[in-house]
Amino acid sequence: MTASAETRTSIVWDYAPAPESADHIRLKDRYGLFVGGEFRDPADGRYEPTINPANEEPIAEVAWAGPGDIAAAVESAREAQPKWAGLRELERAKYLFRIARLIQERARELAVVESMDGGKPLRESRDVDIPLAAAHFFHYAGWADKLHYGVNAREVAPLGVVGQIVPWNFPLLMAAWKLAPALACGNTAILKPAETTPLTALLLAEICQEAELPPGVVTILPGNGETGAALVRSKQINKIAFTGSTAVGRDIQAALAGQDTKLTLELGGKSANIVFEDAALDQAVEGIVNGIFFNQGHVCCAGSRLLIQESVRDEVIAKLWQRMRRLRVGDPLDKNTDVGAINSAEQLERIEVLVAAGESEGATRRTIECELPDRGYWFAPTLFTDVSPAHRIAVEEIFGPVVSVLTFRTQAEAIEKANNSRYGLAAGIWTDKGAKAFEVASALKAGVVWQNTYNHFDPTAAFGGYKESGFGREGGPAGLRPYLQVIR
Amino acid sequence: MIRRLPHVDRVGIEERAAQLGKRSIKTTAKQQGIRLAVSMLDLTTLEGADTPGKVRHLCAKGVCPAPTMPEIPSVAAICVYPQLVATAKEALHGTGVNVASVATGFPAGQVSLEAKLRDTEDAVAAGADEIDMVISREAFLAGDDTRVQHEIVAVKERCGDAHLKVILETAELGSYDHVRHASMIAMEAGADFIKTSTGKASAGATPGVCLVMLEAIRDYGERTGRIVGFKAAGGVSTSKAALHRLVLVKETLGDEWLTPDRIRIGASSVLNDLLMQYAKTETGRYGRSEDFSKE
Repeated sequence: MTASAETRTSIVWDYAPAPESADHIRLKDRYGLFVGGEFRDPADGRYEPTINPANEEPIAEVAWAGPGDIAAAVESAREAQPKWAGLRELERAKYLFRIARLIQERARELAVVESMDGGKPLRESRDVDIPLAAAHFFHYAGWADKLHYGVNAREVAPLGVVGQIVPWNFPLLMAAWKLAPALACGNTAILKPAETTPLTALLLAEICQEAELPPGVVTILPGNGETGAALVRSKQINKIAFTGSTAVGRDIQAALAGQDTKLTLELGGKSANIVFEDAALDQAVEGIVNGIFFNQGHVCCAGSRLLIQESVRDEVIAKLWQRMRRLRVGDPLDKNTDVGAINSAEQLERIEVLVAAGESEGATRRTIECELPDRGYWFAPTLFTDVSPAHRIAVEEIFGPVVSVLTFRTQAEAIEKANNSRYGLAAGIWTDKGAKAFEVASALKAGVVWQNTYNHFDPTAAFGGYKESGFGREGGPAGLRPYLQVIR
Repeated sequence: MIRRLPHVDRVGIEERAAQLGKRSIKTTAKQQGIRLAVSMLDLTTLEGADTPGKVRHLCAKGVCPAPTMPEIPSVAAICVYPQLVATAKEALHGTGVNVASVATGFPAGQVSLEAKLRDTEDAVAAGADEIDMVISREAFLAGDDTRVQHEIVAVKERCGDAHLKVILETAELGSYDHVRHASMIAMEAGADFIKTSTGKASAGATPGVCLVMLEAIRDYGERTGRIVGFKAAGGVSTSKAALHRLVLVKETLGDEWLTPDRIRIGASSVLNDLLMQYAKTETGRYGRSEDFSKE
């Protein structure tokens, strides 16, 4: 701009690698089953490695529970339950507070292990998963001595022993969602973490020991789908809580049909994120990015169906594409990584199959150019335009960093298209008009509706689905009901 | 002229700005970032007590911020009141460092248009390379966009070859919608740079305000093809804050914007913190404030 500009040397500026140190992590080589307050070997001696999806290296060996282990675990949980339920409520609360505080104390370690085992960026495990897990324990600790207010009853009782099966996308957070209300209500719990991400649940078992939680109150049984199926079919359990795919949810409901086992299911989704022409478009673009690329799109409520009003379609897509190209994909432990590794080879294959179907059915695919590591499971953020509502990528859950764009002309059409899904877990509305937001929100058949934000979670808010996204609510006072029976 | 305000979501913009504040800038990235930030500084003194002596000291500091660390570049400009432009011009002769002058009844701008133009002419005649004008918040808040725009056009005319930075004084505008709208008015009227604040108001270049203005610059550039620069001024007093502003630029506009021709940071006290942090990356120890001269 002036003569002086020539004399200034240009300075190139890029972020240097900023890996979070994993030196302080002291993982054991092997983790047993956590039964009766201690780690023990599985009856059949089966240990399987859990691997880091960012480099395919094994991290530790983890015991898988067989049928004999499940029977022993149920017995231990059943034995512990009356005493746990008989504790003064305030005493139960103290244990939960203690667990919450220990999660906070070990937050850094838990965040690093969560990112190593699951592939999610450290930025998310550090700022979202771990703080929210602690917050859930704090929240339900507060409910423990006021349960009957939470469900509007005069007297309530726990259900007994509950079996809880959690997915691999938010391993510790989902464990907290399940355990905190179950324990606050006086139940004892048997938790089965996901096959690919058992480690933070096992660290939580250590935390339970450290908190001196009575033996048998929390049991942790790692394993695969068969372990989960066997747990569901164990007749001695009073309730099953499952978060995972709709297919498995169906199988569980069929298995429990006609028997007195309570059930809540939190299943898949194909959530609509609706951008109206009067939205704050730059913030809407941020919300779209957060809605679908958060945790590599491994989010049951991901905003994977993007509905844009036709009048702003080109502008929003241009802004979105520009923003997507700035996403930093790579080492999950790097503090500047936005998108990490896909959780497993199996999941990567599932994403690739659906993306190929999108292309062959005629949608236009755009994938950002970025360097991906040689080893590990990776999928670069992808945008599909020219999608028709009948395409598989507009209907089926991809569970990956892939967003499908559809358009609408009017508010009525937006509602109709958003509701035209087998699922009904979540939705997003982007508009600056308050009245419109309320109108649309009440017309949407979705368990969670976010306005001018997306993927925001809070322990005080109920979360759960409509239709094939499941039933039952987790979070807030509504999250107590599935773990209580009302006496009067 | 009917005012149509754009939509900026306060919660969303502040979340995004805060998220970018968490980028980890370490080792070589920190060194390069600090050097870049120094090269973008408009080292400023705007006090009633400014004297030619003080301005000459500041100029020397701006040309060579740290004699013990020759890899630290000169600042981009020295920013003073019109009365002291001639002194600064002389002190900076041949150094490549520009002289910037505030004008138009800085900081309140509550004087007649004639006085504003005269103020500008004086600064340009004394040799200012860059003029930092203030918009009429009084007119803007009363909804008189036409007058705001007309004043900028008139000042721009009087600038001649000098570059015009238009100060929005965002703390007085009351909302992000207004910040974006004022940014667009200033760019349409011919601003070479848009600048957040005078440094005299209650708040300055907050991350949210910077992000709104950077997005406005990006959108205006895409629409018209014209590049308008950005100056963050007011409240950027630490290295961390300065690097945060650079992250906002990098991830909103792109790497090609990371040059003093397009981005400036207006400040008085941040320079020594940048030098101390730079020295720390070299020696591994935190220095003392006495290690570097104040001006």
